[in-house]
Amino acid sequence: MPVPSPSPSGPAGGTRRRRPGPRTWLAALPLLVFTGLCFGLPVGALLYGAVTGTDRATGATALTGEHLQRSLQGPYLGSLVGSVQLSALTAVIGSVAGVLIAQAIVTSRRTWLRSAALTASGVLANFGGVPLAFAFIATAGISGVVTQLADLGSLGWNLYSFTGLAVVYLYFLTPLMVLVIIPALDGLRPQWREAAQNTGATGWQFWRMVGLPVLAPSLLGGFVLLFGSAFAAHATAAALVGGSVPLVTLKIADALSGNVLVGQENVALALSLDMIVIAGLVMAVYLPLQRRSARWLR
Amino acid sequence: MAAITTDAGNDAAQSTLAERRRRRPRVWRGLVLALAGLYFIVPLVASFVFTVHTPGQGVSFEAYTGILGADGFTDSLLLSLGLAAATIALVLLLAVPALVAVRLGAPRLRPVVEVMCMLPLVVPPIALVTGITTVLRWGPEQLSRTPLYQTFMAVQNESFPLVLVLAYTVLALPFVYRSLDAGLRAIDVPTLVEAARNCGASWLYVILRVILPNLRTSLAGAAFLTLALVLGEFTIAALLGYQPFAVWIVTVSGAQARMSVAVSILSLLLTWALLLLLSRAGNGTRTANAMAAAPSSSKDQ
Repeated sequence: MPVPSPSPSGPAGGTRRRRPGPRTWLAALPLLVFTGLCFGLPVGALLYGAVTGTDRATGATALTGEHLQRSLQGPYLGSLVGSVQLSALTAVIGSVAGVLIAQAIVTSRRTWLRSAALTASGVLANFGGVPLAFAFIATAGISGVVTQLADLGSLGWNLYSFTGLAVVYLYFLTPLMVLVIIPALDGLRPQWREAAQNTGATGWQFWRMVGLPVLAPSLLGGFVLLFGSAFAAHATAAALVGGSVPLVTLKIADALSGNVLVGQENVALALSLDMIVIAGLVMAVYLPLQRRSARWLR
Repeated sequence: MAAITTDAGNDAAQSTLAERRRRRPRVWRGLVLALAGLYFIVPLVASFVFTVHTPGQGVSFEAYTGILGADGFTDSLLLSLGLAAATIALVLLLAVPALVAVRLGAPRLRPVVEVMCMLPLVVPPIALVTGITTVLRWGPEQLSRTPLYQTFMAVQNESFPLVLVLAYTVLALPFVYRSLDAGLRAIDVPTLVEAARNCGASWLYVILRVILPNLRTSLAGAAFLTLALVLGEFTIAALLGYQPFAVWIVTVSGAQARMSVAVSILSLLLTWALLLLLSRAGNGTRTANAMAAAPSSSKDQ
């Protein structure tokens, strides 16, 4: 608790502390208005479109579950499942790898390594999308450099597959985890480790009883972020696999741009809604947990 | 390190223990960093080799020399950079006051602001763009007689599509929030503000000279993330029909595969250079940051 020391000349601390109260929320207003307009409006339109249909003959708009139902059947359902599987797998691997790398960076005494790794992570974490897909096609595609050198083709390697996509996704997910987790690792006070060591705890005991519980919210947060990023990724997959791996983002883009079939657009909206629901469920797990134990890293 | 308490009898035992503990991490640390380095560097090197070396024809730098003269390269790059600058300015102007205010005087708003900032994470760009398309189509129909119609036209301006800035700001919010929140967590905002206010500083002075300098590293981080996000964004721009950098690369890739890979590498290098430049600017405050915050483990391990 920050208790202001009363200054001899100034007014009492009490009045100063209360003053910022009434008006400070105004500073948060622009942000809230902006998200309401630029985020709430499109999402609202999306929800509305997903659950309503317009009769072409009469022009009347009515509530219908038809689009949502169609989005949960056949190939659409398959694409949702495929996306969830890919995202979960890559988020787990990316989280573990990211924490290991971040810990290696944090415990290293070399400051150049730290700044280089942070910058690299900043760049690579957002090196998703089309350029990444091209880089991997050049590396591990059918006529890619590494594919030729190591003769990966005869080993059964295929970049344009589920495994291939996972390898590509990890290229931006792992640095993202590094970026997210480094502040938390920095927040682990060295005194805690000293205290643990001085009371005879082994390194493993320190991590199991102090380190990991304190890091848990940040780890979960990172995992959610990774899952969300992998789940939402579209450009990489679009440039890489086209239609050979069923992913929900690819299906939505197809329905949005490729076709002008009646009702197809609303199925795209319904699929978007499905995506939002899945990502929202993950988020609902994360937020309370994060709030509960965030106090350790204050 | 481990020896805070110096008990005369235990000293020798403690130091060997500490010795052993210090050496063990070095092995896995080296291994982890080596593997990570390999995984992250190989695709970059391989891409470069791909652009300059054609099997059977030898080495040529044609893929690179042709870029500047390529149709639309400068236009799309300038458009992307302009969009990035506008997005960074907007997202920081929105997020910084909100986050500082929430810590100072409106703690009950904190969950609201957090949820607002994190929500874009659960709405993927592709879903956002379906929503935006719907709004943009619906807007002019319903509002054609009101002044708002002009707004709808203005945000879709072909030479500088503001609608992209707005969408990118939404996309960047979670990352900016995380970066700023981590920075604010490292400094004790109420205490800093109280100290400054008790010394007679004005609110403006407090924000500009006390809070922001302490946040410089995370501000820079937020700006980097936003910059990289905008430079690489493809989905929204492509589906709305604009042609910034990422969309241009795809357009070019069909005819010139090598050049598209070359441009991908260059865009990575460009971002890297910008980040190095900016992180240097943020580095100066490291010590100030460490002093304001509780001692961080990075310094003494």
